[in-house]
Amino acid sequence: MTKILVFIEQRNGQIKKASLEAAKTAADIAKSLNAEISAVAVGNEINSLDSVGGYGVSKVYHLKNAELGNYSSSAYTQALSNFVNANGTEIFFFPATSMGKDLAPRISVKMDAGLAVDCVALNVEGGQIIATRPIYAGKALMDVKINSTKKVFALLPNVFNAGAPSDQKAEVIIENVESPNLNVKTVEIKKAEGKLDVAEADIIVSGGRGMKGPEHFGMIEELANLLGAATGASRAVVDAGWRPHSEQVGQTGKTVSPTLYIALGISGAIQHLAGMRSSKFIVAVNKDKDAPIFQIADYGIIGDIFDVVPKMIEEVKKIKA
Amino acid sequence: MKIAVCVSHVPDTATKINIAADGKSIDPSGVTYVVNPYDEFAIEEALKTKEKLGGETVAISLGGEANKESLRKALAMGIDNAVLLKDDSNRDSISIAKALAEEIKAQGADLVFCGKQSVDLDNSVTGQLISEILGYNSVSVAVTFNLDGNKIICEREIEGGKEIIETTLPAVITAQKGLNEPRYASLKGIMAAKKKVIEEKQPAQSGSYLEIVAMKRPAAKQAGKIVGTDASAVPELVRLLREEAKVI
Repeated sequence: MTKILVFIEQRNGQIKKASLEAAKTAADIAKSLNAEISAVAVGNEINSLDSVGGYGVSKVYHLKNAELGNYSSSAYTQALSNFVNANGTEIFFFPATSMGKDLAPRISVKMDAGLAVDCVALNVEGGQIIATRPIYAGKALMDVKINSTKKVFALLPNVFNAGAPSDQKAEVIIENVESPNLNVKTVEIKKAEGKLDVAEADIIVSGGRGMKGPEHFGMIEELANLLGAATGASRAVVDAGWRPHSEQVGQTGKTVSPTLYIALGISGAIQHLAGMRSSKFIVAVNKDKDAPIFQIADYGIIGDIFDVVPKMIEEVKKIKA
Repeated sequence: MKIAVCVSHVPDTATKINIAADGKSIDPSGVTYVVNPYDEFAIEEALKTKEKLGGETVAISLGGEANKESLRKALAMGIDNAVLLKDDSNRDSISIAKALAEEIKAQGADLVFCGKQSVDLDNSVTGQLISEILGYNSVSVAVTFNLDGNKIICEREIEGGKEIIETTLPAVITAQKGLNEPRYASLKGIMAAKKKVIEEKQPAQSGSYLEIVAMKRPAAKQAGKIVGTDASAVPELVRLLREEAKVI
């Protein structure tokens, strides 16, 4: 029976949501391929690892060592490749997070497996997995299949639905890792102060050149806070130094697909649209009725953001009250 | 110290992408090709490192004759030598990484910079693949890089923050925007680059694991509703988001 494995990412001992999306998707694929599925996590103490059972994976291996709490490309690669090669894994799924995208190619070399990253759809056709992935930052899509026996896939976060978990608990099997290879070592993690990342957020409020200056982003942050959203930015304002690059959405920034994307004072250059067009709902506010952003927006207001955004803050406050 | 930079030659980000008649590639007509933007940060970091610590820099690109334009740009910015691994076949990332790794080894480079991804197929895996093939340490998506003796300290961008990472040479570093401010090529640099010989080599063939079944355009999105033309439309917008879209 084909063995399928899914990587459960933890940070600070907490399971990341993107890996539950991967777990659910992998479990569904295992069903249609009549394959065996288990999960693997690397870390020190991990909270509620048995909860992956709720997403259709009944067994989870915990590769454990006190030195593995933080990500280390060398140690995680060593622990996982030893595990998959002993276990006989043929298909390995990762969430395409910053950790998953760093690890998946390394593991593919160790497994001698073909690799498809940033998948946005996986379809089983005639026993083969066809993966769809964005290219040119989403200006086009590519369907690929992996012809080697061993395969590695990384799934773009926020695209696959993890659904509501069942009450099922997974069996947790702890395997202690002896002397991890810490040639590459994380010595510290700097958190951006209380900030949600655009790559992980359900809602993004983004500002563009229409904001006229960095001093006006306070209202974007206020609206984002009220909505529990991340703040995003267009390339123009990042290049102008108004906002940090970590907020940039689009080509040479991040490709995102939140439930709601609010574009304020963003005209919609081709590079920007490519990176956010797969958002489920798009709201645009812009003075220019011909701005390309309106061509993909579900709801638009043609107006001055300096009038519209304060009103949005007021209205959202009302419904959140 | 020998420093290698991997350079890819990609469509400019402002280019509209059309699918070719075979349905498996893009139509190259009317497309302007440039140095991959992330590779410019890699080139700059190689130059800065050489200026600080000495050594020799080499740019390596895999692809057709046209890739020489991007190698020429790397030379104009100040890279010492350039090698074109001439290959017009379609390779997947692993096959590309194998060819690049082989050349890096032949060059004896102990520090390698790559862009964190090429903005064509957007895989963002080549640097990691090269490092595993060569058994080098590596940090991907680096926003800072410091080399002191044999020791490297990098900051790597992650969701909502940064990891500070320590490692040692030999190493592969993939560059994120923000790592540095790439320099413009000087006129003198451009003239000198024109005179330099770009060495051509035939990379070993290796099969691709990945097969492209189709390329397609994303589903067209219908323009939606213009709710209004000033702030008085906001209550209706918020109502729509709450009751129709059910997203807030």
